[in-house]
Amino acid sequence: MHVPDGFFTASVSVAAGVVAAAGVGVALRNARQELDDRAAPMAGLVAAFIFAVQMLNFPVAAGTSGHLLGGALAAILVGPYTAVLCMAVVLLVQGFFFADGGLTALGVNITLMGIVTAAVAWGVFRLIVRAAPGNRAAVVAGSFVAALVSVPASALTFAALFAVGGTAPIDAGAVAAAMGGVHVLIGIGEGLITAVTVSSVLAVRPDLVYGARGLAKPLVLRTADGEREVAPQPVSQPAPEGRPFRPFLVGAGVVTLLLAGVVSFFASGDPDGLERVAEDKGFLGQAGEHQFGGFALADYGDVGGIPVGVAGVIGVLITLAVGVGVAYLARRRRAKAVA
Amino acid sequence: MTLEVRDLAYAYPDGTQALFGVNLSISRGERVALLGPNGAGKTTLVMHLNGILTAGHGSVRVAGLPVEKGNLQEIRRRVGLVFQDPDDQLFLPTVREDVAFGPANLGIRGAELERRVTEALARVGMLEVIDRPPHHLSFGQRRRVAVATVLAMDPEILVLDEPSSNLDPASRRELAEILRSLDVTILMVTHDLPYALELCERSLILSGGTIAADGPTPDLLGNPTLLAAHRLELPYGFAVPQGVPDQAPHAR
Amino acid sequence: MGAGHHHQLYRPGDTPVHRLPPQCKLLAVVAFAIVVVATPRERFWAFGAYAVLLAGVAVVARVPPGFVIRRMVVELPFLLFVFAIPVIGLGERVEVLGLELSREGLWASWNILAKATLGVVASILLAATTEPRAMILGAQRLRVPQLLVQIAMFMVRYLDVIMDETRRMRVARESRGFRARDLRQAPILAKSAGALFIRSYERGERVHLAMLSRGYTGTMPVISDMSAGVRQWLTAGALPLAAAAVAVLTTLLAHLPGLGLT
Repeated sequence: MHVPDGFFTASVSVAAGVVAAAGVGVALRNARQELDDRAAPMAGLVAAFIFAVQMLNFPVAAGTSGHLLGGALAAILVGPYTAVLCMAVVLLVQGFFFADGGLTALGVNITLMGIVTAAVAWGVFRLIVRAAPGNRAAVVAGSFVAALVSVPASALTFAALFAVGGTAPIDAGAVAAAMGGVHVLIGIGEGLITAVTVSSVLAVRPDLVYGARGLAKPLVLRTADGEREVAPQPVSQPAPEGRPFRPFLVGAGVVTLLLAGVVSFFASGDPDGLERVAEDKGFLGQAGEHQFGGFALADYGDVGGIPVGVAGVIGVLITLAVGVGVAYLARRRRAKAVA
Repeated sequence: MTLEVRDLAYAYPDGTQALFGVNLSISRGERVALLGPNGAGKTTLVMHLNGILTAGHGSVRVAGLPVEKGNLQEIRRRVGLVFQDPDDQLFLPTVREDVAFGPANLGIRGAELERRVTEALARVGMLEVIDRPPHHLSFGQRRRVAVATVLAMDPEILVLDEPSSNLDPASRRELAEILRSLDVTILMVTHDLPYALELCERSLILSGGTIAADGPTPDLLGNPTLLAAHRLELPYGFAVPQGVPDQAPHAR
Repeated sequence: MGAGHHHQLYRPGDTPVHRLPPQCKLLAVVAFAIVVVATPRERFWAFGAYAVLLAGVAVVARVPPGFVIRRMVVELPFLLFVFAIPVIGLGERVEVLGLELSREGLWASWNILAKATLGVVASILLAATTEPRAMILGAQRLRVPQLLVQIAMFMVRYLDVIMDETRRMRVARESRGFRARDLRQAPILAKSAGALFIRSYERGERVHLAMLSRGYTGTMPVISDMSAGVRQWLTAGALPLAAAAVAVLTTLLAHLPGLGLT
């Protein structure tokens, strides 16, 4: 969904730039409550993780693929404000280092992929979790639904911006239908991946899921007279910085797995949404094999209904299997480290 | 007392407890070895000495100053930690920048910074590689540069995690000579019992999250029952020499 | 940023472009992109002149055309969309090479294609002449909020670590005769991917701990002098200023009748 230079009119670009700047400003002010600033590396890891997530071009339907956004996962793992910052950093790095997404379209991109996804996902997540407080299943279900909703929400915001100030003469309704349709499918994949990741993190390090912190057990002192229990000293900082992101290996394992498995097996063979439009219209004789690694603007176009393809289902199943495998691996490793 | 640890207990956030009430004290100028089997909590303990981990219970004091959030910067100046893998410690493009990183974090700039960098490198005999990228150096050289990055901060206590691991015999000896020449308190975490014997007059055994033994190194290493109880072993064919020649008292 | 990595994005060199302070280059590229985007799409000559300006920068920076073109695949998927616009676009139709295309769609394609390409090439040149670490320090100089700078710094670090570990593990796998051929190898890839993350994560964590131990508080100390003089600002500014001059000139010419420059 990375919008390049020249895609939107100047007024829309500037307006979105103002929205993005205001959003990042608010996030900067509030992120300090979520994140000790010595824990910025954790936010960096989330950003690297989302960068990897966005490189993943996964199949959403027969012959079409798209990329994940990652905003929901970031919001649930590090809190909504820090999530906006992470997304902004990812987009800045993509724009300046990788030439992905126009520099004058940064405002649009940060608004769409950072602020909208994080805000929508966090709102939905809170609603669901509040309905069943303290329930681990609710957190996982909430992650799924939040991620599922956040992606089409972002796509529809794109369609709305396009209706207001797109430079291409395409029917706004068709854009909304195509973007919405494709992104509901991407949303399902994003929801599953987010839920698998969050539940693996919950299993290994619940304190690292934002909002589910503070599990202090009494400590045991071993002295010559035997053992006695003492209450832990209150620590002002919720997560000790010593091992701040171990559980992320679980989530990142999922993504890396996706990268290694799904990308190599599917992405190279599947044309993305744009290419498919071109093919359908007989515009390109041969779309050929391509592997854009990531950076694919896979989500534009493709007017009309899209049936869920077999490839998508396989991809999701692999994702699930991988998530479970990584969680198992992580737990075993951890058990070994403790022993 | 340069370093004083009282009743230190710590559990990781997932509930795994690693330290169960550690008590130890080290005086100025001492060279002490911290011995213990894998998983005894050695690294966890070391992480408390400069406030990377915050005590769950008990306290750590460095030259009277408690390790707590308010004075972390001062604590980290006083306690220099050399990590086991020099590649974790060296991350900047040149040796010069890497050695300057610590003192620069303390706010030192200009000529004073330059002086600290060259002096620290000179102390480990690595001045000639100052402008080279760390990854072009040999492992032994990198370990010495890693020691220099900490010396440049002018610490009162030097804490080394497995300083002799992966070194060839010559580098191992050279590093021992360097460590012996330094005028700082040293706490050395190691499995290398002969190295502990060679460098440290006193040893502590950390086992099961508490200090299981504390005494002169030759006494501890000369007690096979004690060693066996804590999964420590001397290398094959090694016997603790009686009246180790290099144990000239050096406490000041 | 880490030791021993060479970035595919960055081409080491010692040219006037490489030597410019990063903050100057960052601002220059942003300003250039703004000028390009603000240029009306009818000014064909202006876009040609912008392309010449970028080519000039590439020559001075000794960035070969092949390097730029290879990096431009980033734009490829987008290009396909651009080609689709005239086909699915609305409005009046014209016939081009036997295809019924939307006139407005063709204009839109040209507009996006030209502007996006110029923007992409400018960013590629920036990344090719500026180390990621320098770029982030430049952003720090430009008063980008500290928290963002830190997140970016750690993000670049972790990406590096992950790529490095990937390379090492691939070598280990392949040296034992493993090759990914089809789905049957997926479990092996999956397992090594899990291990990959654990390894990268732990390495990143240890580096961070080592930094904290040396008094790191969240700000990279800037030791080398990074200030930019007027001359350097002017050098960097040459690109956007020249582009702006071109924009103004072509606009003036477009308003003079009879020159035939539309």
